[in-house]
Amino acid sequence: MPKVNLNLTEVPVREKRLGSITGFAGTAGELVDCSSNGCLKDGTRSFSQCMGCSSGNAFCQLSMIRDAAMVNHAPVGCAGDFFGFNFVYRVGQMERDLPPAIGRYFNTNIEEMDTVFGALSKLEKTIRLAYDRVKPNAIFVTTSCASGIIGEDVESVTDRMTKELGIPVVNCVCEGFRSKIWTSGFDAAYHSIVRKIVKPPQKRTNKVNIINFWGSDVFSKLLNRLGYEANYVVPFSTVSQLETISEAAATIQICPTLGTYMGAALEQVYGVPEIKAPMAYGLAGTDAWMRELGRVLDREDEIEEIILEERAAVLPKLEEYRAKLTGTTCYLTAGSAHGHALIALLRELGIDVQGAAIFHHDPIYDNESSAADMLDHTVKTYGDIKGYNVCNKQAYELVNILNRIRPDLMIARHGGMTLWGAKLGIPTLLIGDEHFSWGYQGLLNYAERILETLDNREFVTNLAKHSSMPYTKWWLEQDPYTFLGGNTHVKAY
Amino acid sequence: MSKLIEQPRYSCALGVQQTVIAIQRAVPIVHAGPGCSTKIHGLLGQGEGYAGGSTIPCTNASESEVVFGGEKKLKGVIDGAFKVIDADLFVVLTGCTSDIVGDDVGQVTREFQNLGKPIVFAETGGFKSNNYVSHDLIIKAIIEQYVDRYAPAKDQVIPGLVNVFASIPYQDPYWIGNLQEIKRLLTGIGLTPNILFGPESGGVSEWLTVPQAEFNIVVSAWPGLKSAKLLKRKYGTPFYHFPYLPVGGLETGRFLREVAAFGASVDREKAEKFIADEERKFYTHIERTADFMLEFRYGIPRLFYTILDATYAVGFSKYLLNELGIIPADVQYIVDDTPEQYREGIREQFRRISDRRSAKVEFSVDGGEIQENIRKSSPKQRALILGSGWERDLAVDIGADLLPVSVPITYRLVLNCGYAGYNGGLRLIEDIYDRVLGTYR
Repeated sequence: MPKVNLNLTEVPVREKRLGSITGFAGTAGELVDCSSNGCLKDGTRSFSQCMGCSSGNAFCQLSMIRDAAMVNHAPVGCAGDFFGFNFVYRVGQMERDLPPAIGRYFNTNIEEMDTVFGALSKLEKTIRLAYDRVKPNAIFVTTSCASGIIGEDVESVTDRMTKELGIPVVNCVCEGFRSKIWTSGFDAAYHSIVRKIVKPPQKRTNKVNIINFWGSDVFSKLLNRLGYEANYVVPFSTVSQLETISEAAATIQICPTLGTYMGAALEQVYGVPEIKAPMAYGLAGTDAWMRELGRVLDREDEIEEIILEERAAVLPKLEEYRAKLTGTTCYLTAGSAHGHALIALLRELGIDVQGAAIFHHDPIYDNESSAADMLDHTVKTYGDIKGYNVCNKQAYELVNILNRIRPDLMIARHGGMTLWGAKLGIPTLLIGDEHFSWGYQGLLNYAERILETLDNREFVTNLAKHSSMPYTKWWLEQDPYTFLGGNTHVKAY
Repeated sequence: MSKLIEQPRYSCALGVQQTVIAIQRAVPIVHAGPGCSTKIHGLLGQGEGYAGGSTIPCTNASESEVVFGGEKKLKGVIDGAFKVIDADLFVVLTGCTSDIVGDDVGQVTREFQNLGKPIVFAETGGFKSNNYVSHDLIIKAIIEQYVDRYAPAKDQVIPGLVNVFASIPYQDPYWIGNLQEIKRLLTGIGLTPNILFGPESGGVSEWLTVPQAEFNIVVSAWPGLKSAKLLKRKYGTPFYHFPYLPVGGLETGRFLREVAAFGASVDREKAEKFIADEERKFYTHIERTADFMLEFRYGIPRLFYTILDATYAVGFSKYLLNELGIIPADVQYIVDDTPEQYREGIREQFRRISDRRSAKVEFSVDGGEIQENIRKSSPKQRALILGSGWERDLAVDIGADLLPVSVPITYRLVLNCGYAGYNGGLRLIEDIYDRVLGTYR
């Protein structure tokens, strides 16, 4: 696996860097074995439904830097996600008591003639316009399929504009077609930040970077008690805050799928240690994560105290919930590491996870640490998961599976999936806040929401009665992996 | 006016996947990069419908399709779509990737057409145009590649049958409600409308009767006109064009009377009776609440800004001024990238917006620029903004009331709400004053 190389304009995509895959059907244990033996094969689907792309995931992080502006070098359709992210940004402002501010996002509006003659002058104009209107402290340029295929030399423009405007104008290479794994877009965003924004450390601070999305603040209390300070990156950071993340005492990721590249980059380039442990989901995972945090921050005794306190506070209630939930069957669909974490959490609650459709699989993270392998941890701690499917959001497979196994409950982490549980009359839960289930308290939070969902079935029952199904009877009778074939070889890493 | 866009309010050519979804049991097959469909749904969404959103079949073109071409992949996805998805019509749409590398999508589609499969295609690479323009392109594709082939009796004109080209589904967030009202009104004056999109239409079988219409009706500033002209060329069907959304008593009455005069088979007397009855009901409400509009002491909007597409901007402006007494700000903004040849007609509509008043109009696709201009104009009176979710801060900053009408609306959930016609006019009053009165504690 190549080390982080900041001289590269673009970060190699996950398929190439980590050997990540999007197609697999089997058990979780089999997948873990294949991953660690380097014999992982990817599957391709001859029929597929629409997914997301890297440019969206890159945008989702960069667009919420508070004093930066975005320029999306693309036809106007690629800017279809602007308002959605602006909405998320503003909701986050509410939750963090920040003043309301609109996202400043610009699109270069690539048109037909531009694909013939090039659109770099348009890009330059748009960057200037963004600068004049916003007076930002940095401008990020995200690329698109169109700009990529016509071979735009974006880097030359961003370099030139950096000089002209006197602020970092940063190229973020994230064309949709480059990767089947849309989380490659996070890597692209982080690559551009570490390359062009982050400065070498002047000192070490007591800050701990937390690579995260937009969730609630669950880390401040813990870190303050240990004498450290939470520093959430990238959404809601300022440019100057990002400049100094190299000075932090450590880096925490709320999800290694999100932060694998940034965590490793900060450690490799600037020596900021990354917490390498299973995520803090389920008792065993949380214990292990806490201890690793204690080790890295040199607060091992305090952490043991906290573990004892928190366990004592949570366990009686947890037993109560377990008694109610034991035997409940569940199917799960989520992104990679967070999905693994949720499996651990559901198992901890006594829930029978019948299967999972997880959007991709990284056999290893950029830190190359096997201790951080969440799926391995989950399988070892809680046992194998039978119907484990790596599937980049293919609703047709999901419907087929749900229709077969008819679980008591479906849990989804991403939009566009819950509908199918509900249409089949299965109580379905989507939790948006990824911090909601974090740590010891998270177990109770989740248990409460699950009990509430199981109890609340009137809506889904009625919906199921009146719903149409766009899938053919033929399809619902086929093996769910009918279209998954190929088993393309993945390069060993 | 710049072509660069801050705050987009429409999508690219591929945005017409939403037009396809709006046809009952029609499904798009997208031959494009992996994120396109999702981004379009994000902007022009609110509900997946029968088989939109995450259900849309897509080739998710990757590097290998860009380098080696994506025709084989597309063939596989079309093949799978026929097996997996239960639909009456499939529409293959291309994105930037396949249009730039030059896949022969027509050839791939024709193979399926030759097997008698209900499938058509159109080139909708994002950079080619926007979804206002490509809306007509899709209608053309369906007419030429499907209707022409399967319509049972193209030559037999059915008296009273009309095709309606009005809203662009999803780009007009109120398309279902608007089409429902337009259908109700046309039925009321004795016509049988093919409304073509949404739950009020008969789906693909309704499309098969398109050639048999006595005449066609375009209710729009400019999208839809190309389709009407196409049908005139192909089947000789004449068309009537009403260049804005008819809202409220005056304009709906004008619209219906002109339609009735245009259609030879319309019983004018019966139509007039229907219109008179509708007007009576409509004006009962206006009369009943006129005292409120005249007497509410604590401030209601006296000035409005439209930041809308041309169809809505003209329709709303006429209604707000002539029937509610809210006055247009000096400049009104049109955000649909109106082609040059239609701009003068729209300016003219604003020039004679009432018998005694006119407004200037600016065409801009750059919402950021429009907002800067409005901020500079800082109106003295309480203002009403008819715009999009992007106007949230602008409205607060200038103390205006905001009704999101244009994409992205986001802050509203729309089911069957519509602003066309008599019912739409009443609904618009309710919605405006609901927001205005909601600001008092």
